[in-house]
Amino acid sequence: MLNILIFVCLLYVAFLFGVAFFAEQSTKINRARWLRSPWIYTLSLSVYCTAWTFYGAVGYAARSGLEYLTIYIGPSLVMFGWWVLLRKLVRIGRRNRITSIADLISSRFGKSNSIAIFVTILAVVGTTPYIALQLQSVTLSFQVFAANDDLGSSTNLADRTAIWVASGLAFFTILFGTRNLDVNERHDGVVMAIAVEAVVKLLALLAIGVFVVWGLSSGISETMARIDASSFGQWSVSNGRWATLTFLSAAAFLCLPRMFHVLVVENKDEKFLQTASWAFPLYVALISLFVVPIAVTGLSLMPVGSNPDLYVLSLPLSQGRDGLAVFAFLGGFSSATSMVIVAALALSTMISNQIVMPLWLRYTGGRASISGDVRRVVLFARRGSIALILFLGYLYYDLSGGGAALASIGLVSFAGVAQILPVMLGGLFWRGATQKGALAGLIVGFTIWLITLFIPSVGLYGASTDTILTNGIYGVSWLRPQALFGVTSLDPLVHSVFWSMILNTATFVFISLITLPSPIERLQSAQFVNVYDQSTQAQNWQAEAGKSEDLMVMAQRILGAEEAQRLFQIEVRKQGGSGYLPEATPEFLQKLERELSGSVGAATAHAMIGQIVGGMSVSVENLLAMADETAQMMEYSSGLEVQSAELRRTAGQLREANEKLTRLSLQKDAFLSQISHELRTPMTAILSFTEILRDNHGLSETQVAQYAEIIYDEAHRLTRLLDDLLDLSVLENGQVRLNLAETDIVEVINRATHTALSAKSGADLKIWVKMPKNLPRIVTDADRLGQVFLNLISNAQKYCNKAPASLRIKGVVRGTFITLDFIDNGQGVPREEQELIFEKFSRIGQPESSGAGLGLAICKEIMSRLGGDIDYLPGQGGGAFRVVLPL
Amino acid sequence: MSKMVLLIEDEPNIIEAINFLLKRDGWDVKTHANGHDALDAIHRNKPDLIVLDVMLPGKSGYEILRDLRTEEDNKALPVLMLTARGQDKDRDLATQLGATRFMTKPFSNAELLSVVRAMMDP
Repeated sequence: MLNILIFVCLLYVAFLFGVAFFAEQSTKINRARWLRSPWIYTLSLSVYCTAWTFYGAVGYAARSGLEYLTIYIGPSLVMFGWWVLLRKLVRIGRRNRITSIADLISSRFGKSNSIAIFVTILAVVGTTPYIALQLQSVTLSFQVFAANDDLGSSTNLADRTAIWVASGLAFFTILFGTRNLDVNERHDGVVMAIAVEAVVKLLALLAIGVFVVWGLSSGISETMARIDASSFGQWSVSNGRWATLTFLSAAAFLCLPRMFHVLVVENKDEKFLQTASWAFPLYVALISLFVVPIAVTGLSLMPVGSNPDLYVLSLPLSQGRDGLAVFAFLGGFSSATSMVIVAALALSTMISNQIVMPLWLRYTGGRASISGDVRRVVLFARRGSIALILFLGYLYYDLSGGGAALASIGLVSFAGVAQILPVMLGGLFWRGATQKGALAGLIVGFTIWLITLFIPSVGLYGASTDTILTNGIYGVSWLRPQALFGVTSLDPLVHSVFWSMILNTATFVFISLITLPSPIERLQSAQFVNVYDQSTQAQNWQAEAGKSEDLMVMAQRILGAEEAQRLFQIEVRKQGGSGYLPEATPEFLQKLERELSGSVGAATAHAMIGQIVGGMSVSVENLLAMADETAQMMEYSSGLEVQSAELRRTAGQLREANEKLTRLSLQKDAFLSQISHELRTPMTAILSFTEILRDNHGLSETQVAQYAEIIYDEAHRLTRLLDDLLDLSVLENGQVRLNLAETDIVEVINRATHTALSAKSGADLKIWVKMPKNLPRIVTDADRLGQVFLNLISNAQKYCNKAPASLRIKGVVRGTFITLDFIDNGQGVPREEQELIFEKFSRIGQPESSGAGLGLAICKEIMSRLGGDIDYLPGQGGGAFRVVLPL
Repeated sequence: MSKMVLLIEDEPNIIEAINFLLKRDGWDVKTHANGHDALDAIHRNKPDLIVLDVMLPGKSGYEILRDLRTEEDNKALPVLMLTARGQDKDRDLATQLGATRFMTKPFSNAELLSVVRAMMDP
């Protein structure tokens, strides 16, 4: 039986794997419309329902009656009232590319690193018991089957199971959560797998419910009678506990790292909330529907002393329904795995973004500079963190002895993460909240929680636990962990929540009132509190000319070359330019920071951009303006701003058109004057030497030969110039006839390489060609394309000043295009000349080079005739050109 | 000692031709091939006459001339501008900036020599 169970488990995991893989592939090839569904979003929210819900709710009901309902009421209230809070949270999260709850808090309070680290630690410590709880539930459920097999329930088996489950989950999470570093920190594969697990656990619990009501009893009426007959209605319900638990579960629903992850980070569309607002409460209602019948039936049918947490399994097993029991087991397994996976994912993001990355930045100064290297560090940090988190979970499980009832462990976690709530709410709704206040509040709340709830739960006070509980810390009676300030009448949980929340909030508010926010905090608070007001997109950065290339280098390291180039190119197009380097405008810097924070978190992204564009991100004027501005003023002026912005735009368009015409006329003049210069220069030498030779005043023979050679060279130069001019004019007028034929690009490259290297004037150049395998033949003009390649290779020969000079030619297929990068190891083209090199006669470098400066202009024309493009590719460490060609 | 001509020009073959012609005509010739430190070359060589091309790398002949004429000692130094752009406005600009004479490329050797002689010995 146990073997079958393990086999079923593995099969199930493989199935989930398949689901996740399929979903990820679908997103990649862009037909994942169905993945963008509010239903999948709603189902993914069910990571809220963990093994605690699956097994523990029944046990909870069996022990304490209807109190278990509070665990569902809290989240349902939050969902019903989504308009108030969740909408704002999701809006802020999406706009600022928030990656985790620590990122949210840090971002709101001035992108502060210290607060991010603190929230991360709090989250890790708060979640650890919860992960232990999942390990425990899976272990317990294995034991139920083992007991049924008469293998006995040795602790040895329990320990091994827990270790195996922990390692397996770490492996699965690493495999799926960190295969690639998504720019938006979204994991479609994982979300899909979680949604499937949500369905499995719901069906499993419903199946057990149906079995209990219609299989073990004759139907609803008999079940009702059974409930009436039990002592169920007589449990006294303490109002204090009800209120506390409802509040706690609502707070946890918002603050648990995994819930924040599925609610905010994985949210694809704000509108999904509308559906989830009723569908999620419906889901939890369904899941809790049969809890009472199962608990009551278990109490009456199972032998006294059997663990009520496991009725879901032991009831069908005791009736010989092994199949049903296995199904129930899978439900529980689903609940546990989905929670652990998402929690580990969310926490590892926090650890890597808020702790590892800032440290790495500090120690390396962010200097290593291979494209995508930061991604590798991030990925490595995430994988390590996942392993660490599961290890901590296992450690807690081991320390706590796995004995406590499931529900009570869960509540310890809830109370821990709930400490984030005051700061989060304050951050969203109160502009006066400051970083110092937030940090102080968090520290106070966290400490009280540790003392009053967490440490007693693990027994970390050791042998003296009882003494400390009765006599207080250091024997100070008002420091008794479960009766602070001499309040003795409260239940330990209510006591802890009461004091930690009150003191947390009070400290937060008080310190916020007596401290002043820093400039960045002011900006961020305006952005968060007034998130619905579009005009509050305050400018964070000052324009920084000439930094674009550095930014490009950095962006490539974090986002990877492809994504960074795409991003920069979009911005260039938006700014109306060409190439890959946009102006580093404040808007662009801010956009870039947002994109980067999606990968490494707000604080790190801010620091990295700060390193490049220089210390102060906010100018004195900005600062003064901010100090004066209030939300109301901004609302009032936003209407006027829109109008004047429109007028400015129209005026701008007219000015642009005018400038364009003037520019065209000037260009024509300049062109004529240039041609005149280019023709007259060789002509001067030719005429002068011809005259010298003709007059022949006693020239030596070597002189005669030398001067004839000069005449010959200059005449050739003239001819080449005329050829180029004609070529260009034909290309520009569109009268060119292309000889389109199926072409093998690699062959064209090889031919151009050969020609360039065998030319007698060509300097030594080492060329590496790397092309994708199985490249399809494309229809193009092979001669024209070859002309472009030859030009690029000869340019590398002429201008690459490094010895030994080398050129890499690398082809990559990107959808319906192929890009060919020509990158040499020289000093590259200076930033200010990158825009000019494709202009006519824009010869860069020294005059002794033979060209007339038309080569790249011709290349540009040819590529546009061939339906592609050619641009300078900055940030590659050498001269670099990218040719784009349609497949 | 013969008088000295400083030739500021960047085309190697044109340098070769003018150098040959002026030397054969008995002048001492120095050459300088770029714009940005042309003024230094002038200060260093203290020529009696400058032949100045317009299109130079680094700094144009016009700019060099303009800067040269701000120097008290060089207000009257003979400067012959050579340009391959033969439009009227180029000539006007050269004159306005204080060029002594102006010639368009290509030129005849005899014409160049007679102009230089005339400028050396007014």
